[in-house]
Amino acid sequence: MSRGQKSTLIERLDALYEYEREPVTKDKLHGWKTFIAMFSGEHIAGTEFVLGPLMVMHGVSTRDFFLGLLVGNFLAVLSWALLCAPVGVKTRLTIYWQLRRICGPYLTIAYSAFYAIILCLLAGAMVNVAVTAVSIPFNIPNPDFAAGEVIPTVPWILLAVIVGAVIAALAVLGFEKIAHFSKICAPWMVLVFFAGAIAVLADIGCSSIGDFWRVANEKIFTGIPAGLNTKYTFWHVMGFAWLCNATQHIGMADITIFRYAKKWTQGFASAFGMYLGHYGAWVCSGILCAAYLAAGNTNPQPGNIALFGAGFAGAVCVVIAGWTTANPTLYRAGLAIQVATPNWKRWKVTFAAGVFMVITACIPAVNANLDRIVGYYGLFFMPLGAFIFIDIWVFPKLGLISDYAQKAKLMISWPATFAWIGAFLFSVFLYGKDHYGWLSRLLEGKQPAWLANIKADLLFLVAPEWIVAVTLYTIFSVIQQKAAGTRIQTQEVGQ
Amino acid sequence: MKRILKIISYLGLVLTIVPSLLVFKAVFDTKVHYNLMIVGMVLWFATAPFCMRSKSLDEKEQ
Repeated sequence: MSRGQKSTLIERLDALYEYEREPVTKDKLHGWKTFIAMFSGEHIAGTEFVLGPLMVMHGVSTRDFFLGLLVGNFLAVLSWALLCAPVGVKTRLTIYWQLRRICGPYLTIAYSAFYAIILCLLAGAMVNVAVTAVSIPFNIPNPDFAAGEVIPTVPWILLAVIVGAVIAALAVLGFEKIAHFSKICAPWMVLVFFAGAIAVLADIGCSSIGDFWRVANEKIFTGIPAGLNTKYTFWHVMGFAWLCNATQHIGMADITIFRYAKKWTQGFASAFGMYLGHYGAWVCSGILCAAYLAAGNTNPQPGNIALFGAGFAGAVCVVIAGWTTANPTLYRAGLAIQVATPNWKRWKVTFAAGVFMVITACIPAVNANLDRIVGYYGLFFMPLGAFIFIDIWVFPKLGLISDYAQKAKLMISWPATFAWIGAFLFSVFLYGKDHYGWLSRLLEGKQPAWLANIKADLLFLVAPEWIVAVTLYTIFSVIQQKAAGTRIQTQEVGQ
Repeated sequence: MKRILKIISYLGLVLTIVPSLLVFKAVFDTKVHYNLMIVGMVLWFATAPFCMRSKSLDEKEQ
């Protein structure tokens, strides 16, 4: 690619986000109510019907599940409130413009491209969830990945294509209206989750509240993994609850939202999303899954378990939960992809993203491994948020220049590039050495004892990777700024 | 009018959650619970869009 083409790409990306280039003004700030409503709505999604059952299938015990979610979600809330919201309130900029200042335009483009891919993947997972309910009245069986069905039947794929096309069409026609509709659905969806779970408790032998813990231990969170699933402990649950939105909190993607907050303390509004969605809804979907299996059924797909617990309203809830979350996800993916396709109309871009979404929806392995995918996604984007945090709060105290890429007019920040790659590879290595066959064989007998003793799951690596990321970024930045040897005015370019 | 719509929408939510508690207490069977949830769903979606306003972040706070 020539330099001319590269600069055109940057110009296009800048133009796409031009309208949000300026910091949010004081008259547009919002109070607690808006943030509480937003977090409560966004974290009751279709994928909640997948993640609760996944924990059940991984044989988590009752104590580990409840305590792990309590601590993990608390860490997530603290990450929003203490790391993300203060940055959003201080700079009042979107993640795009903040990254551009610190990492330079090329790395921001890379971020957008990778983000588009993962958003399509997540939208596909949500379409899959919706199709598991839509398929029921047509008597089309949902693919059972645990039983070895790696590709759905042709009628199921056709249904996924239809549902995906409708979602893509709606994403083109009216993103705002559907965002509003999803907020209306939120209170009802929360209650459907709870109603379904409460109604099936008697089926598994729970006749009073005092009985719940015993029944949960014996019938729901039994501590025994199903099939070939690995065993999850307190640490897995806690790590997953913290990691599953890491891109948004530690990764700082939500500074785009918090730039509208009046005070940084509004970051604590995330507790409503975490404890309703990632605590209440996961517990409920776990209960539904266990009751569904205890009734002699197999293949606990979201549509099936919701229908089992809440009847037709439950199936509708699954469709709406999948649809209302797939829609904005696809819209945002389209926005990111548009950078690379300048001459395409928005509808063409969204449909292109929609094709990728439908393909993903037709791969049952995606939802069966959603916890792993979400784990990789969180660990991949998290270092960039770590750089933003350090750059804003710590660099001035160390005598280093913040927003160096912008002030030195760099196209790419090499400290950010190498620290990003280094931190992510650190996690991949620590996890992969015991879990990737090729890497285990390569390292056989060659690891020092201390390294061999570290048995890290992907879900344990949030904090270690954050520390590695900020350490590498700080060291590289010291080298860069010392080597530059020139004084750069600390005033912002163009001001 | 808005107040009436609001009351009906809350009734929809009540009909969504309360029947499950009565199933738990063995007052209802599952079929009644399923049907009442459908009624609750219809009431909620027929009224909530008219009495719930959600601001987008770009709108000014009043």
